[in-house]
Amino acid sequence: MIRFFQKTFVIAEFEIIKIFRDPTEILTRAVQPALWLLVFGQVFVRIRITGAVNYLDFMSPGILAQSTLFVSIFYGIAIIWERDLGLTHKFLATPTPRAALVLGKALSAGVRCIPLAAIVYLLALLLGVQMNGSPFALLGVLLMVILGSVVFSTFSLIIACLVKTRERFMGVGQLMTMPLFFASNAIYPLALMPPWLQAISKVNPLSYMIDALRELMTGIPGPFGLSLDFLVLFLCSMGLLALGSVLYKRVIT
Amino acid sequence: MQNAIVGKPILETHDLTRKYGEFVAVDHLNIAVAAGEIFALLGPNGAGKTTAIKMLTTLLPATSGDATIAGFSITHDPSNVRASIGYVPQLISVDGTLTGYENLLLFAKLYGLPRVERKTRIAESLEFMGLTEAAHKSVHDYSGGMIRRLEIAQSMMHRPALLFLDEPTVGLDPIARNLVWEHIVELQKTFGTTILLTTHLMEEADELCDRVAFLSRGKLSVVGTPQELKNSLGDPNATLEDVFIHYATESLDADTRSTYRTIKQTRNMAARIG
Repeated sequence: MIRFFQKTFVIAEFEIIKIFRDPTEILTRAVQPALWLLVFGQVFVRIRITGAVNYLDFMSPGILAQSTLFVSIFYGIAIIWERDLGLTHKFLATPTPRAALVLGKALSAGVRCIPLAAIVYLLALLLGVQMNGSPFALLGVLLMVILGSVVFSTFSLIIACLVKTRERFMGVGQLMTMPLFFASNAIYPLALMPPWLQAISKVNPLSYMIDALRELMTGIPGPFGLSLDFLVLFLCSMGLLALGSVLYKRVIT
Repeated sequence: MQNAIVGKPILETHDLTRKYGEFVAVDHLNIAVAAGEIFALLGPNGAGKTTAIKMLTTLLPATSGDATIAGFSITHDPSNVRASIGYVPQLISVDGTLTGYENLLLFAKLYGLPRVERKTRIAESLEFMGLTEAAHKSVHDYSGGMIRRLEIAQSMMHRPALLFLDEPTVGLDPIARNLVWEHIVELQKTFGTTILLTTHLMEEADELCDRVAFLSRGKLSVVGTPQELKNSLGDPNATLEDVFIHYATESLDADTRSTYRTIKQTRNMAARIG
């Protein structure tokens, strides 16, 4: 068990070295959430769809979750890229547990999202969003961002192992992001949705992630509650990791 | 020309077979490799060399049959097999974003080398492969020959009993190629590492391998020392290339397993390191 986590952190460690070697990616990733908050948010704040709650307060956690989703859901492309190079073959021929390889990569996707969280916090502060600065809340946000990106990056890895080529992967990736985003409570509350969309939204892990982030960041209580949010994300990540570990070796055949 | 070997076998296959649907890529392969020898699997594209190596390195499950490496079965004990082998795939297996040193450190940790030994092992491996000066340069700035030597360094740090090299000199110019070969021979002499490799260059196989096996359509055609195989043709001037042609029963277009994707990968890789 200790060895398993050691190996996991080795994989994550070197992925993280690679991320920070070229920080341009992190900066370009920050453009999208900035646009949502500074353009979309500035218009929608005027229609008060969230009642007494300020719309920017409502949407900032949603935008953080959305950027986490967008970064993580394309993680599979890196898996296909490594397969094309030959790195995957080499990793699989070492005595490293498959699950450690998959979890290590997923954790590094989580780390990739931490600078994004910092940028969203900064922008939200500039826009006057009232945010909870307690260490407990910040730690909770950090944990949820990592957990959320583990879920979506592992999901992405599974897709990559099934479709196997970059072209097909890009198609499937595009196909999934918008529905996951729209069928969530990121930019409008659950209560405003038609019943069919509410039903979909309630089985979408992104909704639970946003629910937790919203409560932790701004103190706006959501319909699900923190314990359920973390439970759903944890169970999703475990299930996907188990599946991903079984499928990972398929990417090379 | 016997499959029998002198000394203790490090690798033995028993009717090792892999099918893709109806297509039999490796067909009841029986070979034995003695500890400490340099052994080559030769044959035309699509003969089953890479499929055989993928099964032996536990990347691909066998359809039937089995093999043992250092006494461990590839089907029943794959994680002990993985700990006993080193593997340099045909494609690139070092990370261009990391330095040479970091690439070695990553694998030293994955192979679980004790912390106190890591530094000396890495330094030794770099020294051995002539990469000490380039250790802290990004692998993006390495030449093709340096990349190959780094990959071999990476695969030998944990002192594997058996090292698999799949086309180690593909895409290299003659100077880089000779240097890689010198290091492979040196590796075998210094550490007694058994080496199993594939190549398309018969001259190389002739000069450097203790024994070679020819595969054709997934089946073992013949195995022996290069000298034995040349003599067997009855022509005193026969080369290993003549042996190759003699045993290659594939027609030119039978290479159906080399799909567009694998060809693209091989060429991309040759372009990248060449």
